[in-house]
Amino acid sequence: MGMLDMKYRDSNIIVVSLEKALNWARKNSLWYEQFGLACCAIEMMATAASRYDFDRFGIIPRSSPRQADVMIVAGTVTLKMASRIERLYEQMSEPRYVISMGSCSNCGGPYWEHGYHVLKGVDKVVPVDVYIPGCPPRPEALLEGFLKLQEKITGETIIEKKETEKKSDKA
Amino acid sequence: MLTDFGYVLLFIITGAIFVGIALFAAKLIRPNRPNDIKLMTYECGEVPFGDARVQFNNRFYIIGLMFLIFEVEILLLFPWAVVFKDIGWFAFAAMFVFVFLIFIGFIYELGKGQLKWDLPIPVIPEYQEGVGVIERDVHEKATAEPRLTAK
Repeated sequence: MGMLDMKYRDSNIIVVSLEKALNWARKNSLWYEQFGLACCAIEMMATAASRYDFDRFGIIPRSSPRQADVMIVAGTVTLKMASRIERLYEQMSEPRYVISMGSCSNCGGPYWEHGYHVLKGVDKVVPVDVYIPGCPPRPEALLEGFLKLQEKITGETIIEKKETEKKSDKA
Repeated sequence: MLTDFGYVLLFIITGAIFVGIALFAAKLIRPNRPNDIKLMTYECGEVPFGDARVQFNNRFYIIGLMFLIFEVEILLLFPWAVVFKDIGWFAFAAMFVFVFLIFIGFIYELGKGQLKWDLPIPVIPEYQEGVGVIERDVHEKATAEPRLTAK
C-alpha cells in the first residue's frame, strides 16, 4: 500500500519535499521497455548505443514491463499487437509513461488510409505522453522526446485529484 | 566482550535492519494500484494459459546427469591446464586416464541404449500425378488406401 501517494488533497510540506525528491529520482532513471515493432526500433537501438548514449540520462533498456518506467512504442502497431501493447502497458508499474515514436505509432503513418491491419495511432489503446514525429525519427529526436518527458515529470504531483479532474481524465 | 561469531551476528542484524528500512521506505512512497491485468502472470503480453508446473520427460534426467559429469570434468581441466607446465607429462598421463575412464562410461551408456529415444514416426506427404498431395503413414501397409488431404 502506498502510504503517501494520493493521500493528500492539498499541498503541504511533506508533499512538496517528497515530490521534489521523487520527481528528481524518476526523471533521472527512466528505464524504458523495448517495444521495437518496426524500423524505428533500429533508431532506438542506435540511440542506446555508444554514439548517442542514452545511458548518460540514466535511460536503460529493460526487457520486462515490471521493471520499466516508460514504454517506447517504436514502429507500426498492427491490430494483433495492439492488444498486447495494452496488456503490457497495464503490467507496467506506476508511474508509467508512453513515448510514441515515429509516424506509424503516432497516427498510422503510411498506412493511415488503406492499412487494413494497422492501428491508426497507439493512443487509441494506451495514453501517450510524448509523440515523436519522423519516419523514422533520428536519434536526436528520440533524445529530445525524452527531455520533454523529463520536463513533464518535473511538474508531477502526488496530490490526489479532485473529483472533477478525475471525470475529465476518463472522458 | 564479543566473540568472532558475535560480529557475524551483528552483521546479520545490521543487514536485516537495512533491508527493513528500504522496504518500509518503498512502501511509504510507491504508488499501489493493482488490477487484474497487472497481477496476471507475465508472458510477453500473451494471455497465460495452463500450469507452470509441467512435467518434463524423465529421459532428460539422463541427459542432465551426463551434462553434469562432463561439466565437472571440464571444470577440473582448467586448474589442470594452469599447472600443466610445472608438472609436465605426469599431469598429462593422469588427466588422460581420468578423461578416458569417463569416456568409457559414456561408451557404455551409448551401448546400453540409454540415449535412444522413441521418436515419432513422421508422416511424409507425397505428390501423386492426377491425385494431388497425399499423406502416407509409413506404418501403414502398402495395401492400405492412402489418406487424401487435398486435390
